[in-house]
Amino acid sequence: MRDRLIVSVSPHLHKKESVSRIMWLVVASLIPAGAAGVFIFGMSALWAIILGVVSAIAAEAILQVCTKRKVSVFDGSAVITGLLLAYNLPPKVPFWLPIVGSFFAIAIGKQIFGGLGQNIFNPALAGRVFLMASWPKYMTTFIQPLNYDAVTSATPLAALKEGKLLEHISYLDLFLGKRGGCIGEVCILALILGAMFLLIRGYISWHIPTTYILTVGLFTFVFGPKGLFTGDWLFHILSGGLILGAFFMATDYVTSPLTYKGQIVFGIGCGLITAIIRLWGGYPEGASYAILMMNAATPIIDRFTRNRVYGAQ
Amino acid sequence: MKRLFGEFLKGIIRENPTFVLLLGLCPTLAVSVTVINGIGMGIAATFVLLGSNIIIAMIKNTIPERVRIPCYIVVIATFVTITELLMKAYSPALNRALGIYVPLIVVNCIVLGRAEAYASKNSVKNSFLDGLGMGVGFTLALILISGIREFLGAGKLMGQTIVKGFEPAFVLGMPSGALLVIGLLLGFFNVLKNRKT
Repeated sequence: MRDRLIVSVSPHLHKKESVSRIMWLVVASLIPAGAAGVFIFGMSALWAIILGVVSAIAAEAILQVCTKRKVSVFDGSAVITGLLLAYNLPPKVPFWLPIVGSFFAIAIGKQIFGGLGQNIFNPALAGRVFLMASWPKYMTTFIQPLNYDAVTSATPLAALKEGKLLEHISYLDLFLGKRGGCIGEVCILALILGAMFLLIRGYISWHIPTTYILTVGLFTFVFGPKGLFTGDWLFHILSGGLILGAFFMATDYVTSPLTYKGQIVFGIGCGLITAIIRLWGGYPEGASYAILMMNAATPIIDRFTRNRVYGAQ
Repeated sequence: MKRLFGEFLKGIIRENPTFVLLLGLCPTLAVSVTVINGIGMGIAATFVLLGSNIIIAMIKNTIPERVRIPCYIVVIATFVTITELLMKAYSPALNRALGIYVPLIVVNCIVLGRAEAYASKNSVKNSFLDGLGMGVGFTLALILISGIREFLGAGKLMGQTIVKGFEPAFVLGMPSGALLVIGLLLGFFNVLKNRKT
């Protein structure tokens, strides 16, 4: 959508689009994944989501009142941040974890830089990484799917890292979300439904998600466990937070490159870092770190991928 | 008398080495994990600063202009060595906790900065007060930063548990936490300063 800026003479047709409308549509497109997460993990997941969203809105309102800026909590961007942060949490966390995470995400990740449109890093991911570094115990305790007694279990990627991958996880289970993991990342089907809506309506472009996912698939296939070209690429694509990150967090308007060329570079960079962390890094999953690192590289990507001005040499 | 007091006071607020001059951030980031470490580092740096400022103010007229920095470094290194040996003898635990950052006081920008910018141009008395003020300002800044980091990052103050049931955020005990705390404090002090003017 952003590359379709056409300069023409009036009269112009007015389209009913605004920042807040897009934001609320993104919120709507995230609802299936959250609903699936609640269905898979039970009520504790719903509480985490509600707390995350409410405290994100509260944090934004409090900070904007304190700094005497216009209170813009109803543009939906704080809701997205809270929602994405909660989707990145394990289903069973202490009640204060989503609250602290949302406050950090909004305060340090967004408002300190000047609010919506000014932030360097994706606020939700900044919040997640803060929680991960601060309370790793809670952030890595996952529970079994469809078992509301909250039996702890490892995520497929964590099991892979420890070298004891359970054989019985089928691709269909991964696709439907029958595995341990964060609330919003498990049900690939629901995520793809939401993403399709955004893609078809043109709110996100295919460039970042496609290059991101393909790079991870290719890299994990080439550098497989039993030598070159033996990797289980489908497993890597369907597990972890890759799909959630690729469609909903790497495509954040503010923190991703402006041009399609830049977005392709961004997607490939995200894919490489994610795959490298998964295969050789200390953490089982690297999607959040990959996106944050590429967020930091976005200004430089933008500088080198400017569109040529029409008529210029 | 008032002027002399001003020389001492400026290092604490108006020209605070950490929050205004932004000097010596490397030891600040590294050792401000616990308040004890912060105080130890502050006292060590203050001692070196006092010694080097006094000696350099005394010999400023005999040092050739071209080789003044090496001369300053020799003076500073002497005091750092004294500090390190004293610390090893009387407080080995603190010495272990501070580790490499004690010998690294030699290259602490505050010490060299005051030697170059102040002691080489002013009298012994003024340099003494300047060194003391800067040292106290550095120590206070370290106590503030390490207090926040120790409380939020480990749930303790001076090694004592303060609030029961508080779950500390580990990240504040890591270098990234130090950068966060220093950045936020800096912004806070700049807001205060801007409001005043």
